[in-house]
Amino acid sequence: MITISSKKRRSEFAEKLKEIGGESMSLCYQCGQCSATCPMSFAMDIPPRQIIHLVQLGLEQEIATSKTMWVCASCFECSARCPRGVDIAKIMEVLRLMTLRKSIDHVELSDIPQDRLAELPQIALVSCLRKLTA
Amino acid sequence: MSGSDSEKQTKGATEGKVEEKAAVEVVEKMIPVYIMGKRYEVPEGLTIMKAMEYAGFKFIRGCGCRGGICGACATVYRKPGDYHLYVGLACQTVVEPNMYLAQIPFYPANRASYNFDELKPEPEEIFKLYPEVFRCVACNTCTKVCPMNVEVMDVIAAIKRGDIAKAAALSFDCIQCGLCASRCMGELPQYHIAQLARRLYGSKIAPRAEHLSDAVTAIEEGKFNKMLQELMRLGIEDLKILYQARELEPEMTGEDWQPADKSHLVE
Amino acid sequence: MRISYYPGCTLKTKSKNLEDSALASMAALGVELVELQRWNCCGTVYSLADDDLVHHLAPLRNLIRAKEEGNSKVVTLCAFCYNTLQRANLLVRNDPEKRKTINSFMDEEEDYEGEVEVVHLLQVLRDDVGWEKLYEQIKLPLKGLKLAPYYGCTLLRPEEAAIDHVEQPTILLELLQTLGAEVVDFPAAAKCCGSYQIVSNPEFVVDCASNILSSALRCGAEVLVTSCPLCDFNLSQMQGELAHRDSEFREMPILYFTQLLALSLGLGPEACRFDLNYIDPRPLLKSKGLLNEKHVTAAKG
Repeated sequence: MITISSKKRRSEFAEKLKEIGGESMSLCYQCGQCSATCPMSFAMDIPPRQIIHLVQLGLEQEIATSKTMWVCASCFECSARCPRGVDIAKIMEVLRLMTLRKSIDHVELSDIPQDRLAELPQIALVSCLRKLTA
Repeated sequence: MSGSDSEKQTKGATEGKVEEKAAVEVVEKMIPVYIMGKRYEVPEGLTIMKAMEYAGFKFIRGCGCRGGICGACATVYRKPGDYHLYVGLACQTVVEPNMYLAQIPFYPANRASYNFDELKPEPEEIFKLYPEVFRCVACNTCTKVCPMNVEVMDVIAAIKRGDIAKAAALSFDCIQCGLCASRCMGELPQYHIAQLARRLYGSKIAPRAEHLSDAVTAIEEGKFNKMLQELMRLGIEDLKILYQARELEPEMTGEDWQPADKSHLVE
Repeated sequence: MRISYYPGCTLKTKSKNLEDSALASMAALGVELVELQRWNCCGTVYSLADDDLVHHLAPLRNLIRAKEEGNSKVVTLCAFCYNTLQRANLLVRNDPEKRKTINSFMDEEEDYEGEVEVVHLLQVLRDDVGWEKLYEQIKLPLKGLKLAPYYGCTLLRPEEAAIDHVEQPTILLELLQTLGAEVVDFPAAAKCCGSYQIVSNPEFVVDCASNILSSALRCGAEVLVTSCPLCDFNLSQMQGELAHRDSEFREMPILYFTQLLALSLGLGPEACRFDLNYIDPRPLLKSKGLLNEKHVTAAKG
């Protein structure tokens, strides 16, 4: 059961999001274009449209347990297609940072087998570490 | 300095009381420095290391070669009214007034375990052992904090693009003090990574000096044994004569100069 | 013509085929790509948080290097690098406060205000060389080769960094048609390959690759053309898995646009570095008569 309240809408979480992610999420009118266009939505437990709704309502807990922002590939299709100019890609990044900045990594380098480290091009490793580690 | 002082004193003693007094009256200017936050007055002109010893600190373990090469006395300091961080080696850097200093004798840095003989001379070997190299964000803080002016960021940049030779060349002056690792945003152990690059380059990539291995073979085959034995049989006067009469390579000569007596050359 | 050139880390190791074929073909067109003397990894991705400035240092440092060496323009081949350098450049041009903070932090570098222009090689081919002039230089038209132009994400999004129209790009189409090939436009041309998820969730990248490759195959493409080492890796690597899942899946070689450019300019297969491609395109090219010895001409000296 989710509780919606003005306290959550104006929580520290919501304020921080706006501070580093901008205010574009308030423009969202839930058309679903982002979810439709997202190439990774098939792997997401909560599709992008719903994430933005949760963000608008300041529902930190529900977002924190979601896999969505970790599966996002930062392809920018959502932001490019949004009819209202909501920067969903940026919001996804900020949601990742809310966890990463607590020094909680999403990827552990030691979990990657050595032969994989030799095989992967640098571009893959650098971008993965930038997006998914603190 | 102490040598000349005692010389002066001895001279003064033999030349009479007045001279002695003048020699002893040499006064050193004292300047304040801050060690671990506490103010000390130390003689101007001393190195940081000597100044700390003057102030009563003792370097018991690890510190060091006192010659600017072991990296144990890495020191970080600030100057009043200046936001910059300065670095230097305590054994080499002279104290300045109001220097606010701290020693970083050691900083923990991840050191990978490997069997060097099994490593191939490829950048992927470094990526496997130190994947954190990809966390570098080129902030350049490491370069700024290096007491040997090594371009640390460029060393890591070279490794990221697979240029082991360049990384080895750029990190030549590294003394493994650990200051780079202490300030690194990405938590890289730059000096260990650079060391691996230098080892790979020196041992497996750099071209071999063939004339050197030829010379070693000649020695092992005993080419010089007879000559050495002959020399060992000679008395000191004969040796002196031989030494004076030896043929010297002229100062300005081409690469193809050869001595008149070629019997002891390695072919 | 000489243009300052920023390679990026991957082009020096795993994507030598992109660099070598680009340098050779541009030289044949009279354009010398001069590598920056000193450069560092661009960071691959552009940092999106409003309060993060430190991640912009890496791309900006490279632009400062370009400026230091007296260049007003720098070209890049890797689409990922292009996007990061371009966006960082735009940030510095458009946000005076952030520009000031960044310059004040990089006190060891000269101040940078966005003086250098960042371009991708495709833009250089279109704008500085021109399709007509390029057409005159073609020695071996790629007749009979069905190419699918794949843009990926970073050449077209976000709009401020796009090298062409975001929804209906034509730049690759124009290039490949100039080279004489049959261009097969397909709906997934700008769909994401999965990007860095190849490290963290490779199982999802299989699906991304499947969408893109099967879409191209259904439209009749034989080769996918790309400009990004990560797209190349993801889409190539996954083909083994896709063949395993779907008996009707046909292997599709992935080529860099510069390799096709070099081939059509008559520089010969060695200059194209086909030996480095994950999926060897030579059997296919041979079957089209494009590896025929008599079409090979010496590279312009």
